[in-house]
Amino acid sequence: MVLKPWFKPSLFILCLLPLVWLVLGLIQDRYVEPLQALSHGTGDWALYFLLLTLSITPLRQLTGYTQLLRIRRLLGLFAFFYSLVHVLLWLVFDHSLFWQGMWADIIERPYITVGFLAFILMLPLALTSNRFMIKKLGGKRWQQLHRLTYVVCALGLLHYWWQIKYDMSHILLLTLIFVGLMALRRIKLTK
Amino acid sequence: MLIKKTAANAIVSSEITPESVYKARRDFLKYSIHAGMGLAALSQAPALWATTAAHAFSTDEAQTPYKKVTRYNNFVELGSGKAYPAKNAHRLKTSPWSVTIDGEIENPGTYDLEDILKPHTLEERIYRLRCVETWSMVIPWQGFALADLIKRFKPTSKAKYVAFETLHDPKQLPGQRSRFGSFDWPYVEGLRMDEAMHPLTLLATGLYGKDLPAQNGAPLRLVVPWKYGFKSIKSIVRISFTEQQPPTTWNKQSPEEYGFYANVNPTVSHPRWSQKRERRIGHFFKQDTLMFNGYAEQVASLYSDMDLHKWY
Ligand code: HEM
Repeated sequence: MVLKPWFKPSLFILCLLPLVWLVLGLIQDRYVEPLQALSHGTGDWALYFLLLTLSITPLRQLTGYTQLLRIRRLLGLFAFFYSLVHVLLWLVFDHSLFWQGMWADIIERPYITVGFLAFILMLPLALTSNRFMIKKLGGKRWQQLHRLTYVVCALGLLHYWWQIKYDMSHILLLTLIFVGLMALRRIKLTK
Repeated sequence: MLIKKTAANAIVSSEITPESVYKARRDFLKYSIHAGMGLAALSQAPALWATTAAHAFSTDEAQTPYKKVTRYNNFVELGSGKAYPAKNAHRLKTSPWSVTIDGEIENPGTYDLEDILKPHTLEERIYRLRCVETWSMVIPWQGFALADLIKRFKPTSKAKYVAFETLHDPKQLPGQRSRFGSFDWPYVEGLRMDEAMHPLTLLATGLYGKDLPAQNGAPLRLVVPWKYGFKSIKSIVRISFTEQQPPTTWNKQSPEEYGFYANVNPTVSHPRWSQKRERRIGHFFKQDTLMFNGYAEQVASLYSDMDLHKWY
């Protein structure tokens, strides 16, 4: 079965809905602490999209449905998009864009260092997630480069772990999903 | 100026006053005082207006709206996350309530809350509240100076510290049925005697002219405005006078992150984040955090011979 032509545009819109929902919350005055709601919301969705991206390969292996690969790039790009909004919020509202404390924040705060590293590592992935760059790099090199997604996801999780004050339920769940996805891959790869 | 509380559930003037009207009155008073007609306005004002005149320690910064003060809470016992304490608030039964006062004092015992409150006159104090998580609020509390209670119960010369304890009842406080068992309940806090006796230190029973909602620490809580919020223990059932420094919950939980003193201090970082700046709840941009949360003039002398990097 081939993907229907309407599938990708619909998926695109679906992926934008979390952002619409977050912004709508601002307009409806749903947040007690708007900036925290947006920062946490976009951070969460960046991680969800990374996990979705990583679930495509195991899912394809389980179902044998190869068309799934065609939506992987879109999901990855949305992970980057939500990270970008997340980082911009921090840059604009925590540091008014240029506050020199921004670098101190990145260097001195391990959780920010790790988030920053995750974001930087996403840049080459986002920039090469188009047909032109895939051709230019060649499938194999492209694939090797994009294995960085595991690292980015692990750093994203670590970034979250490092902020925890006492409630670990959410991050624990996300970490278990990540570990599960990695385990599925290992089983398949070593077979 | 003062709210006389006759019974635990007495209706305080502003209990029947919408927040906007309450604020407008405050503003009216403020401006009329500025206009040089303060005395006239005060003397002509009906009694209930008088309750809103500012205490010398009160700030005139914009107050955090009631809705935010009561829906953004850290009260792990009523649920994790900022919104759960308000949702679980109905579980906590705050009447009848009794408080045990014991340790190094002349008359230890357990007292009904009414009896504890009876001799005290409630007053309004508008304080900044700075959370160790780098957010802050401005809250109009009703309460009385802890010092007045301490004097009443006559601590002995051995009393060097005051220890406080929150209710421990997992039926009413579902967060105490912790899945991970990471906290050692009940929540306990403490102050050095000179901190407890400081006129800024408040025992609060209300905010915005209403009785405290459970999520804000009903029916009796501590407010120590120059320290991080976790020092201001909620729903107090025990006040003990001790010779030794009492254990405190967050310090037991993570001693390298949360000290006994926990004074607001922009120059001492939390190991994982900076304390230089803070976000006022509802504001988008951050603002600078002030030494002792802006109360340095009143309290800096308590710590003049201490290295605050060591005693964080
Ligand atoms: C320069 C890069 C980054 C910076 C400066 C940054 C900064 C932050 C800040 C300030 C918070 C809120 C902390 C708090 O409220 O206590 C946060 C939370 C979070 N960030 Fe980032 N971040 C960065 C990159 C990332 C990336 C790349 C991801 C995802 C892959 C991510 C995912 C998250 C998550 C999941 C949360 C927690 C959300 C929650 O509590 O529900 N961050 N980040």
